[in-house]
Amino acid sequence: MVKARVVVTLKDGVLDPQGQATQRALHALGYGEVAEVRIGKVIELNLDTDDRQWAAARLKEMCDRLLANPVIESYRIERVEG
Amino acid sequence: MRVAVIVFPGSNCDVDMVRAVADCLGEPVDTVWHTAADLSAYDAILLPGGFSYGDYLRAGAIARFAPVMREVVKAADAGKPVLGVCNGFQILLEAGLLPGAMRRNASLKFRCETVTLRVENNRTPFTLDYAPGEHIRIPIAHGEGNYYCDEATLQRLRAENRVVFRYVGANPNGSVDHIAGIANERGNVLGMMPHPERAVHALLGSTDGRRVFTSLLRYWKERTGGERHVAKTAHGGRHDAGGAT
Repeated sequence: MVKARVVVTLKDGVLDPQGQATQRALHALGYGEVAEVRIGKVIELNLDTDDRQWAAARLKEMCDRLLANPVIESYRIERVEG
Repeated sequence: MRVAVIVFPGSNCDVDMVRAVADCLGEPVDTVWHTAADLSAYDAILLPGGFSYGDYLRAGAIARFAPVMREVVKAADAGKPVLGVCNGFQILLEAGLLPGAMRRNASLKFRCETVTLRVENNRTPFTLDYAPGEHIRIPIAHGEGNYYCDEATLQRLRAENRVVFRYVGANPNGSVDHIAGIANERGNVLGMMPHPERAVHALLGSTDGRRVFTSLLRYWKERTGGERHVAKTAHGGRHDAGGAT
């Protein structure tokens, strides 16, 4: 079993209303040093294979086709274990 | 003219769309399930609003891989009119039939109200019966209608007159250039966040959406001479639920 974690975030320059609202909430709580908040998502996948190299290639394909929208999002495959 | 209204798991404006076509045009209209493998019998394809696949991952992201979408792409490539409303628009974006993507509304609020639109392009199959620059009142109901595209795409949309509707006055979602609806290069695919099918009777508060449908019929008649399915349309036949499971 290969375990992977994909992190999807909005591209730089794409307005993130959730991040902005969260930043304002943090400021209201006294964390004035927070200069920016960007919210993304974490997708954890367990792959039914032991071939890490193959899994990495397949994961990239999954990200390009479905898990991220290249118009507004970028992704990184953060961890592949197994 | 025979119209297909595509139904995905989680679509919820499909009945409104069927009723709008039936009531405005009296043309045959079928609901077609997302597993359908052949749309060749249809002259126009409508993707209704809702929350296909629960909006999981991204609105429209999973629906775009439904089997029927191969047929929708084929219909679009063949030049047939394809309209995506709200979630239907999001699906067309995810499918790459229209450029750009949707973000959460800038306000982070789900906006459900009637807004004023300006008809920027009345030469699409869905806008022929509007006057250029006309202001119309159509309801919106979405949490992710904040249209985004990069600067180069925006310049191209403008240059090719592909921004079909813009919000007038306060922009309800923060969309780039106040965009409410756009068309593809060829003009036969239109995506719009507002719901014309909810503005087809005075009792609904506006009849300004009717002409999206009357435009479609006019376009089809001008293009084909109204030959196809003429026996059925003469009786105002309606076949909703046919093709659905």
